[in-house]
Amino acid sequence: MTRRRVAAALANLVLAGIALVFAAPLLWLLTTSVDAAAGLRVQVPDLTGQHFASVLAWESGGRALWNGVLLSGGAALVTMVAATFCAYPLSRYQLRFRRPFLYTVLFATGLPLTAVMVPVYSLFVRFNLIDSRLAVLVFLAAASLPFAIWMTKNFMDGVPIELEEAAWVDGASPMRALGTVVLPLMLPGMAVVAIFTFILAWGNFFVPFILLLDPAKQPAAVNVLTYFGQAGLVTYGQLAAYSIVYTVPVVGLYLVVSRALGGAFSLTGAVKA
Amino acid sequence: MRRRRPGVFAWLPPMVPTFLLLGLFFIGPILWAAYTAFTNAALSGPAARDPEFVGWENFRRALHDPNLANAVWLTVLFTFGSAVIGQNCLGMLLAVLMQRRNQVIRAIVGMLVVAAWVLPEIVAAFALYAFLSGDGTLNAVLTTLGMEGQNWLFTAPMLAIILGNVWRGTAFSMLIYQAALSDVDVELLEAAQVDGAGPLRRFWHVVLPIVRRTVMTNLMLITLQTIGVFTLIYVLTSGGPGTASQTLPLLMYDRAFEFGEIAYGTAIAFVLLGVGALFSAIYARALRAEV
Repeated sequence: MTRRRVAAALANLVLAGIALVFAAPLLWLLTTSVDAAAGLRVQVPDLTGQHFASVLAWESGGRALWNGVLLSGGAALVTMVAATFCAYPLSRYQLRFRRPFLYTVLFATGLPLTAVMVPVYSLFVRFNLIDSRLAVLVFLAAASLPFAIWMTKNFMDGVPIELEEAAWVDGASPMRALGTVVLPLMLPGMAVVAIFTFILAWGNFFVPFILLLDPAKQPAAVNVLTYFGQAGLVTYGQLAAYSIVYTVPVVGLYLVVSRALGGAFSLTGAVKA
Repeated sequence: MRRRRPGVFAWLPPMVPTFLLLGLFFIGPILWAAYTAFTNAALSGPAARDPEFVGWENFRRALHDPNLANAVWLTVLFTFGSAVIGQNCLGMLLAVLMQRRNQVIRAIVGMLVVAAWVLPEIVAAFALYAFLSGDGTLNAVLTTLGMEGQNWLFTAPMLAIILGNVWRGTAFSMLIYQAALSDVDVELLEAAQVDGAGPLRRFWHVVLPIVRRTVMTNLMLITLQTIGVFTLIYVLTSGGPGTASQTLPLLMYDRAFEFGEIAYGTAIAFVLLGVGALFSAIYARALRAEV
């Protein structure tokens, strides 16, 4: 039994070490955001609320948060609606191209988004869409669509088809059956898809960084860079404070999703490893 | 139960929005890239207004570009070091160690590892920047231990971005492996233990063969996630000093947007897309049972 004890103690020790290493960079964000003498290292803060107050002002940070909500919320909505419509025939009809289509969708989920940004930029320039928030919103929606279709189809497969057949017998059209029978049962799944898209879009830096040049239109993901010396002066206190404000919605939504799907596995679970 | 073989008017309308979105914003750019990569398109100058067709010129140039060779090598190093070795092994180690630990330890360790992953990428990059920089927390700790610190982002940029990406991405592998390990039959392990197999042998000969498929899928996914990493490296080192940490996405950004050579940047993007497509195809094939 003592050998077992030693092994357990050793395992706990290793875990504690790893936990410390993972905690250290995070700790900096917390202490620095409220430290009047903010620097690059973790230290006992000289407490102040000034950093949060200044980054929440409309011009410096508030507007960018709102832009982020518009972009990511819009993208989430577009993706969810398009994915639900697209998943219906895939889940319910016998289609000859179903398998190749799903293969392609799965294949597209793996492609690195970074790689298409140069051609997307030149397309946006050609069609005069640079600085158009609507175009960026639709692009973000399209970027998460393959994964959203995959998830939605799996959720829809879980709704028994007998329920719809009953509706068809009663004379309802397929779209009506989708609206009145399938969707109510799928609402939690659709919410997961929407939240997932929102988190991805909210956290995406590269896309708006390339496609939105007007600071008044940039979302928080890009605006946070202004505190990182883009404007000449590095202000670590405000950088950390704004980072936290920008992060809180993601953490909140993540908790909602993982609660809904049970356990932290949620976001990876949809991948079906 | 799919017994209806519907006409085109039943299945097409609901799929139109998806075809439009993916066609315009996904397939469109890729086709456009296929065209642009054979021109001399640029951000400014005469080539910006009226790009000319130049054939294989961009690819010929890429083939002889020492920067591209360097970027390919660094991308391989970054992907192998941070994903295949780092995230994968650390994720598995965490998942194994956390099995049958008490609830509190599991919750705390799990929360910290997952937190680094849930953060938006740019915030994670800032936290790492502060941790690794010359005046940062790591050096403060090293100094108290009597060791000499250095500006890690400058002296060891590749090590810095690899460790940074391990810190950021390990949670994904850990979560996948935790789920996989919970499916391993405990009786098999106990039987092996009765036969005198130690923990390492039990892991190697019993657990690993069972979760092998999961490991392969995970490796594909984290490889795909890692070859496209831009933000983390951009914040930490900007690909520097010089080109010491300039992976493919950074080189692509540099050529296309800093130098304004859109066409050449597109050719580099194609290299990246090609590597991604290869791994993605293997991944999609591996999951064919699910389709």
